[in-house]
Amino acid sequence: MTSVLNPKFTFETFVVGAANRLAVTAGRTVAENPGSAYNPLFIYSGSGLGKTHLLMAIGHSAKALAPQLNIEYLTLDEYVEAFHAAIAAGQGDAFRRRFQNVDALLVDDVQFLTNRKEMQAELLRLTEALQQAGHQIVLTSDRPPAEIADLDERLISRFSGGLVVDIGVPDYETRVAILRRKAEERGARFQPGVLEAAAGVEFPNVRELMGALNRLVAYQAVNDTPINVEAARQVLGVADATAATAASSSAAVTGDEFSQFLTDVTVTVGRAVEAWRARVAEAVLRWEGEGYRTGRLEKLLDQDSPAAVDEAIAAYIGDVERLRALEAEVGELDPQAAGEKVFRDPERMAEAEAAAAKVRDGAAPPPAPSGAFPLDGYAAGASNDVALSAARAVIDAPGKKYNPLVLVGKSGLGKSHLLNAIGLELMKKKGAVVACLSTQGFVDELIAAIDGNRVDWWRARYRRATALLLDDIQLLAGKERTQEELFNIFNQFLDGDRQLVFTAPAHPNTLQGLEERIVSRLEGGLVAEIGNPDRELRRTALERILIQQKVSVEPALLDYLADRPADSVRSLTGLVLRVSEAAAAQDQPVTAGLAREILEGQPPAGARRTTGLRTSGLVVSSAGGVRSREKMVWDWPSAADRVIEDLR
Amino acid sequence: MSLVNFTTREITCKIVYYGPGRSGKTTNLHYVYGRVPESRRGRMVSLATQTDRTLFFDFLPIDLGQISGFATRFQLYTVPGQVYYNATRRLVLQGADGVVFVGDSQARQLDENVESLQNLQSNLLEHGVDVRTVPVVMQYNKQDLPRELILTPAELDDALNFRGVPSFPADALHGQGVFETLKAISELVLKRLAAGSTA
Repeated sequence: MTSVLNPKFTFETFVVGAANRLAVTAGRTVAENPGSAYNPLFIYSGSGLGKTHLLMAIGHSAKALAPQLNIEYLTLDEYVEAFHAAIAAGQGDAFRRRFQNVDALLVDDVQFLTNRKEMQAELLRLTEALQQAGHQIVLTSDRPPAEIADLDERLISRFSGGLVVDIGVPDYETRVAILRRKAEERGARFQPGVLEAAAGVEFPNVRELMGALNRLVAYQAVNDTPINVEAARQVLGVADATAATAASSSAAVTGDEFSQFLTDVTVTVGRAVEAWRARVAEAVLRWEGEGYRTGRLEKLLDQDSPAAVDEAIAAYIGDVERLRALEAEVGELDPQAAGEKVFRDPERMAEAEAAAAKVRDGAAPPPAPSGAFPLDGYAAGASNDVALSAARAVIDAPGKKYNPLVLVGKSGLGKSHLLNAIGLELMKKKGAVVACLSTQGFVDELIAAIDGNRVDWWRARYRRATALLLDDIQLLAGKERTQEELFNIFNQFLDGDRQLVFTAPAHPNTLQGLEERIVSRLEGGLVAEIGNPDRELRRTALERILIQQKVSVEPALLDYLADRPADSVRSLTGLVLRVSEAAAAQDQPVTAGLAREILEGQPPAGARRTTGLRTSGLVVSSAGGVRSREKMVWDWPSAADRVIEDLR
Repeated sequence: MSLVNFTTREITCKIVYYGPGRSGKTTNLHYVYGRVPESRRGRMVSLATQTDRTLFFDFLPIDLGQISGFATRFQLYTVPGQVYYNATRRLVLQGADGVVFVGDSQARQLDENVESLQNLQSNLLEHGVDVRTVPVVMQYNKQDLPRELILTPAELDDALNFRGVPSFPADALHGQGVFETLKAISELVLKRLAAGSTA
């Protein structure tokens, strides 16, 4: 009873032109949101313009989007037949129930409702029921509802209550497009201009257009040589356009002079606007519509008979495709640069390539974590237990578990090490772009970007990152613009489940100069503290440092150094350096005894070097000495100049 | 004025019939009007004085239908021939794609012909158009009058057609030469398509 949807009739095979764009758009909308967009949707058009195709396309598309939907397609005649059969079998109620349960009812050719009062009443009841249940109805007809003879007023108002759209006769371009697509589907190839000639005939509907194509295909099949434009015209019965016109203006005698004139004009226009011109114009129209410069094609039109028109068009399209690819590539790296005009002008391919290359170069990935801080080089202990396990959780599921992760601890406890280690581990994941840098570097980059007027590029660079790791977040204090930018990046990362890791010397809410919104976001993740290292951790760390310094690791030395009061790994490193340098100066191996002598006894002269400011015998103090610049001689004239001066 | 519009796929030709008063410009249009099938022509607009002289201008749009995928339209205009309507003439001439100069073959009208021709040239110049760049054809009308009253086409060519543009003897009242003239000017105008005068 219910017809099966013809698999050929889908939106993909429907050629959209100006005449049917509205109907197709409405159809797509209905297929995507059955029952909610336009209900009922009423499509009308003359015969052979694609009503049934569109109706079935809606059915296919709706089914593809929501396979569980119950979709019924049938023509009105089938509906009537089914109804009569049901009544005859005494199954009227079952029939009604069946149709009230469909999710989308597609009824073709409802103009046949004329003079069928009982069917009109039935359909009215059905549409009311379906609409109330929020089910979609799509109807087609060859005329608008109001023009269907003898149609119940209530049905007219119901049908018109949703959306009434019509499908017009395709214009020349659409006809060409339809012919091309159909010819392609049939695997038929024609000489350039043949399909255009066929499209030039104003067929009242697409079915007749298909008939014309069939004739061309058949003619070409029986002849060895490909059909040319003139032959095509003959096959189609339009030896020239005038023959048709003369026939139409059959006011015999008076028509002659005019039709003769028309013939002449047609010939002249045909010469001026040959098929190749139409093709070029078509290309111009198309690419202009897409926003590309078409100067090159327009120049073709200025010539009398340019050679290799189709090649020129193909080359142009090739260039445009390349531009598109470039633009897409650039768009990923730098959205602002993608909008540049150069990507819309095939005359400036070289410039476009250069611009793309520039963006490509400029879009170096953001600073990566330092390789000097591997995770297995990180000494674990009770004091950094929380931080380390959080770091491992972050590495296992970036963006999912703790986002952001804030590592808090005093200077020298290994925050930066852990940060970089997380970064290195994250980098190992596929497609990962890890931005890991100090907050100072971050600020400096932003300033440089503002200076170079490419903040968008800078932003895009970070937005592409899959993880952002910032060291020493407290340095953001007072940098409003950076905080603003970070805030935006922050939100994007959180939305995209991308990992953020920060380090700070203290709890974010105790940091001065940070905006409330940043602080609250930092607190929103996990704040993991790293405490002062205990003896065990100090021992482990020392062992690593000693190995790094290529000092032989004696347990006694290790024990002694681990017992020294040190509140950070950095101060441990300082200890080891002092001892090993002193040992080197005295040309002795590093031992526990030597270390004790150096650290507790009178430190030898060599060790003093490590204490910082004293680089020479002179003490340069900002408080004392010469205070006035005027009293200093800052620039001595060169000796050579003075000698010459004296000789004179 | 754009002759060929590739965007809207239209060809529009504005052709102006120019010439001295009573030389038969409106008659030309009337004849064409009578021959064009009703479906193809628009309403002919004619603003005439009580004595049937063209007061403002005549306008006849003709729709030639789709030619090579282009909706082709001709717009035929006439100017009022009388000397004192020069402002109107200039206005009508604006944006003309081609000019048909309808001359009066009567010997005693020769001066009027010359004067009108000069007037055409100066009016075109007012629009910044060189008469040599505009398609122009000549039509020597009223060739049906008695021999002794008129000049032959050859004589008229000598007197008027110093640029050597196509010229046609005509009897607009009976239609002789009307379509030949129209055809010639159309060809000249449309040939400029190929010459690349696209918008």
